[in-house]
Amino acid sequence: MLNPAMLIAPLSIGAIGAGLAALISVTDKIVNNYGEVTININSGKKEMTVQGGGNMLNTLAEQQIFIPSACGGRGSCGECKVKVTSDIGPTLPTELPWMSSEEIKENVRLSCQIKLKEDVELEIPDYLFYIRRYTCTVERISDLTHDIKEVSMKLPQGQSIEYKAGQYMQLEAPKYGKVKEPTQRAYSMSSAPHEPARIEFMIRLVPGGIVTTYVHEHMQEGEKIDAIGPFGEFHVRDTDAMMICVAGGSGMAPFKAIFNDMIHTGRINERDCWYFFGARTAKDLFYVDWLNELQEKYERFHFVPALSEPEETDDWDGETGLITEVLDKYLKMPELANAEKEGYLCGSPGMLDACMDVMREKNDMPDEKIYFDKFG
Amino acid sequence: MNPPDIGLFSLFFASIFTSNILLANFLGMCSFVAISKDMKSSNGLGLAVTVVLTITAAVNWIILHHVLIPLDLLYLRFIIFIIVIAAMVQILEMIIDRVSQKLYITLGIFLPLITVNCAILGVSLFVEIRDYGFTQTLVYGFGSGLGWWIAIMALSAIRKKTERTKTVPAGLQGSGLTMITIGLMAMAFIGFQGMLAVQ
Repeated sequence: MLNPAMLIAPLSIGAIGAGLAALISVTDKIVNNYGEVTININSGKKEMTVQGGGNMLNTLAEQQIFIPSACGGRGSCGECKVKVTSDIGPTLPTELPWMSSEEIKENVRLSCQIKLKEDVELEIPDYLFYIRRYTCTVERISDLTHDIKEVSMKLPQGQSIEYKAGQYMQLEAPKYGKVKEPTQRAYSMSSAPHEPARIEFMIRLVPGGIVTTYVHEHMQEGEKIDAIGPFGEFHVRDTDAMMICVAGGSGMAPFKAIFNDMIHTGRINERDCWYFFGARTAKDLFYVDWLNELQEKYERFHFVPALSEPEETDDWDGETGLITEVLDKYLKMPELANAEKEGYLCGSPGMLDACMDVMREKNDMPDEKIYFDKFG
Repeated sequence: MNPPDIGLFSLFFASIFTSNILLANFLGMCSFVAISKDMKSSNGLGLAVTVVLTITAAVNWIILHHVLIPLDLLYLRFIIFIIVIAAMVQILEMIIDRVSQKLYITLGIFLPLITVNCAILGVSLFVEIRDYGFTQTLVYGFGSGLGWWIAIMALSAIRKKTERTKTVPAGLQGSGLTMITIGLMAMAFIGFQGMLAVQ
């Protein structure tokens, strides 16, 4: 026999729980209703009215303004920084690990941690306005070396992309295998801007890397993949100074774009350019023929490949040694030492730091004339 | 229902001093020790505890006397009291987030942790054990909150002073000295009990 008294306890707990839940959601509706808020970007350059309460990163993305973010708004990459010029309260503890004291003073904030509660004014670099999400079709995947693949993609019919040679895109790998959510990583474009309907990347397999593993082992020609961009401040400055370019591995990508762009615009005949490329053995080298061809064809372009550990079978008669030593040797040559120079570097953090030391400490190149793109 | 015969003023005074929830009953010690490092946060937390205590004591009294006792469900009181406290803290958290971002940041994790602050559940249970009436409950809840607030402010002020002195031996710095301080404070507060005892 069911005793009705047995129902009293669960029913009263249920009723009290439901009552409190209702109370909470009513309070939530009243307290967390921020109504519409206005976002004013770059003092009036763009103004939008949005529903308040969401975080700034996502709200801006809904408005087609993509702040760079590698972690997707979890507050773990520290990349989605924007400068807020109106008062929106103090920096949160979740932002502090990513901020220098100078940034805190200037009220630079992590946009993924900021809840839009009131009208807000912010400043972002102008190029962010041109960032779009493109659903590209993979056209061709080819091997450059044993661990670097070149991937060429076509933009959707009728779309084109405007960027500077040297900039990068975020590629989004869909979920696969054990990876439970789409993951974005940044890759420099190796295509040149004068072909705006397709983009190209050089992707080196990073053991355990989510997106690189996807590209190397799962990606098929003909499939669709999302690319967001363009991002980045790594591009050639418009001066007549001698360019000292240093790259290693897939750091070749932005330079392929830059040289092709210079050929297209004719700038390659107008300024000196030295390109140092470091690799371990001959099997890590690629595009050597093309670069040697450029060197022969254009008087002011010089290509210096260097192997750090050439194997006997490599039959190598070029420069040998660490790229830093080779770079230092060349920078000490009178032709280079006396010229006004700009440094452009792309590669792994270790290589970059060592090369920047050579440029700054040993060869007196000013810090602000050295531009770099560090792989994270 | 037979409320004990005690004047509201005596009850108020007793709940702050002679039966201080922290220093006579030793309830709510965790955040008391952790937050008292900083006077500003202590002040904010004291305020939050006072508000939550007053509200939950009253709401729990209503539920106790109009739901649990009539339906003979007294054995559910622990669960129900905790649910009510959790809900009240949630609401308070939303309101503080909206009203003062600064206070919200200062309180940080200790705001949701008020939910498991023993002082709050303790007051609701004392109200039941001692059979207080509704007005008495309000006064007792508010008074206990104030008592908690005063105690944490006093402790954090003392800690601030002792941090400045260089005579504290290394082994006693930090929580060691804090524990001794709390013991001495408790003795001082218990001294009030000769004036007025509330049970």
